[in-house]
Amino acid sequence: MTSLDSTPLIAKLRSSTVASLPRSWKAPITLGIFAVICILLFIVFGRSGSTHFSFTAGQTGAFQLSLLTVPTRATGIAVTVIAVLMALVSIRFAYGKRKTPLWFVTIYAIVVLVGFLTWVSSGPQPLAVTGLLAGSLALATPLIFGALGGVVSERVGVVNVAIEGQLLAGAFVSAIVASVTQSLVLGVLSAMVAGLLVSSVLAAFSINYLVDQVIVGVVLNVLVLGLTSFFYSTTLTVNAALNTPPSFSPLAIPVLSLIPVIGPVLFNQTIIVYLMYLAIAGVFYALFFTRWGLRVRSVGEHPQAADTVGINVARTRLWTVSLAGAIAGLGGAYYTLGSGLGFTINLTNGDGFIALAAVIFGRWNPIRATLAALMFGFAENLQYVIGENSPIPSQILLMLPYVVTIFAVAGLVGQVRAPAASGRPYIKS
Amino acid sequence: MSDDKGTGSGGAADDASGGAGVSDQLEAGQAPIAAPLTAVDVDQIPEEQRAPEVDSSTSSSDSRFAEIARSIATGSGLLSILAVVIALVVGALLIIVTNPEVQTASTYFFGRPADTFAAMWHAVSGAYVSLFQGGVFDPTATSFAGQVAPILNSIGFATPLIAAGLGIALAFRAGLFNIGAQGQLLIGGMLGGWVGFGLPLPPVLHLIVAVLAAIAGGALWAFIVGFLKARTGAHEVIVTIMLNYVAVYLLAYLLTTPFLQAPGSNNPKSPDILPTAQFPNLLGTGFDLNLGIVLVVVATVFTWWLLGRSSLGFKFRAVGENPKAARVAGIDVPRIYIYVMVLSGALVGLASAYQVLGQGPGGITGGLDAGIGFNAITVALLGRSRPWGVFAAGILFGIFEAGGYRMQAAYGVNLNIVSVVQSVIVLFIAAPPLVRTIFRLPAPGSTRKSSRSTRKGLATN
Repeated sequence: MTSLDSTPLIAKLRSSTVASLPRSWKAPITLGIFAVICILLFIVFGRSGSTHFSFTAGQTGAFQLSLLTVPTRATGIAVTVIAVLMALVSIRFAYGKRKTPLWFVTIYAIVVLVGFLTWVSSGPQPLAVTGLLAGSLALATPLIFGALGGVVSERVGVVNVAIEGQLLAGAFVSAIVASVTQSLVLGVLSAMVAGLLVSSVLAAFSINYLVDQVIVGVVLNVLVLGLTSFFYSTTLTVNAALNTPPSFSPLAIPVLSLIPVIGPVLFNQTIIVYLMYLAIAGVFYALFFTRWGLRVRSVGEHPQAADTVGINVARTRLWTVSLAGAIAGLGGAYYTLGSGLGFTINLTNGDGFIALAAVIFGRWNPIRATLAALMFGFAENLQYVIGENSPIPSQILLMLPYVVTIFAVAGLVGQVRAPAASGRPYIKS
Repeated sequence: MSDDKGTGSGGAADDASGGAGVSDQLEAGQAPIAAPLTAVDVDQIPEEQRAPEVDSSTSSSDSRFAEIARSIATGSGLLSILAVVIALVVGALLIIVTNPEVQTASTYFFGRPADTFAAMWHAVSGAYVSLFQGGVFDPTATSFAGQVAPILNSIGFATPLIAAGLGIALAFRAGLFNIGAQGQLLIGGMLGGWVGFGLPLPPVLHLIVAVLAAIAGGALWAFIVGFLKARTGAHEVIVTIMLNYVAVYLLAYLLTTPFLQAPGSNNPKSPDILPTAQFPNLLGTGFDLNLGIVLVVVATVFTWWLLGRSSLGFKFRAVGENPKAARVAGIDVPRIYIYVMVLSGALVGLASAYQVLGQGPGGITGGLDAGIGFNAITVALLGRSRPWGVFAAGILFGIFEAGGYRMQAAYGVNLNIVSVVQSVIVLFIAAPPLVRTIFRLPAPGSTRKSSRSTRKGLATN
């Protein structure tokens, strides 16, 4: 009855909202700003000479590609022209009241990035593309694990600010366990248990005692940092045998690792990275295509409704948050067992917060969060690859990725919506 | 300390008269350090639990006393003390586990167990006594100045923590999570320090301009966050984290350029701050207490007035409680976000002024934030985002920091134990039900409810 009455009203509302929908100028402005930057860098401050890209993979690449050499100034001009044209197209999108599509922005970003790399590494020293990608993946791996942990936890309605603590606990415990037992498997498992313990404290305080989740998360970070630093200073430095973990050696996947450029980067990796691929796919599938995932998301969006249909909200949250901690803890193992280096104070150095940013940037979606984490890894790795050719002071170069992220968040992502019940304790009435 | 006592007992009384809803609104009720009396009052709980049912009809003054005593037992003051006790116990465990004398004594534990316990007692008591002597009062010092030097030192540690904590607390009250205090400190310190060494002015004016520059720097860096959130909806957590990194690298870069770097130096360090821009000492030589604490008290009063008494602060809290409802009520929510972030950054900027102008002529270095940006989050949380709560929490953290150094020097207890103890305190203060369970205290409301129902029952009879 009511639905029949309201249908035309809704249609009217809908048409009126479409008509009055404001033109969104955020994307064109952002793309325009970068186009101007392109003009300034590549043309006004354009560098002459040529840029060399090397694609040699090192040991396993079967298809050896030689150096790719491009003229710096001509490439810069070409990139600038494309960037300006694409910004104009984006203005056209805005006039037509259409959103600039994501693929469009992605292509734009890649083009500008290629232009930037060409400009910045102009000179005799070649830019090792494979090394750039491999290093990015290495730096992104713990971020991705952390971001997955964050996504899972927030989807069930518990804000996970404690990613940093989970990573750090995983790194610390796995280093000790692997050193003592000389077993990598036990090391990885213990890292997961450590992350799980940290997140179960988060779960216990926020679910049972209804403490503000942000408070618990922040405090857990401090607590884990304090505990690990304390035991490192008092125990590990005295007894070095406790802090010399073995490390995973890379494992080439037979056919896939022979693909040029990408193959050795993606498929000649340690077990932890392969576990990461599984974790990304697993979290994505489990969240969106299983009954468990539906329950998790319903608890995170509307716990009262979930409770009404018979889902135990507190128990679902407890187990899901624990799982999230285990995933993040696994990422912690990468710092120690992935590199073979021992634990040091504050080894994670704020990566957990970058992972948190990736969660929000990726709009609480495991795939998008992974891409965001990869982007941060790439940004962090730029400093190691771009060497003496660079005309920019290294500090400014290090700063750039974070500035770009702010632009991206403000200009392209904008308002994001967290899972509705995220951060709110559920009190059964 | 007398101030804490006053707020603590005042909060308890409010709790008793007005109920939990009112006490939440009151700043005073949240002081984490409560009256020292409370330890005595715990003994009275069992009687008082029974008391209302018997006495409520006979004498109203008795029942009021009972309610006051009960609310002390269940109120935040006692719980805060108990949380500190739990944290100190955790710290003691860590000291015992890592103490070498305890370890050697425990190797022959079954032969002479008393040795192990003696070593444990020696380790823990020695460490905590030196914590007290390093953070509060040192009776072993020869002069009065030496005896009170520890608490003045603690106040010095507390000053920037309180200022930055107030800023973060202000943002919390409006529902914003400002993790960007680090960046705001760096930018504020950079501008304030630049005025301090590079812009010679007459004595008093110089100091004022330098402090204002630091405040403006923090406010500017936070304004970016508020502006982007208001205009584009960019999430403040991402933007503040990113701006932290930007500030770190920006300062690192500028410290290698003539703008900030001391002439003729290769170190990333600025010239010394001119004497005219340094915070003057309040109590003369021998007492290490400068203007910073006065500014911070003023800032605390300002924040208290802003949040509790001004219409802008009311809007802040309304937006924090429910932005949608606030918008419906006619509040311009995006504008409020900008105001909140600017004021939050300004308070953090005050902390940065202390960092560069209040600690001698050291000048600007890349590490001028000294971890305060993140510690201040904990301080704000411990103070439950109430201005005076933040003040007390900052003092407590300052005592731990100052005492921690003494403890490390005197007893070889690693300084990191301080952050463990601090975080355990915050964790347990945030979870009153857990503390009640551990110490078997009555839950708030349980007895009160029953006494009300009996009263109601009597009235109907």
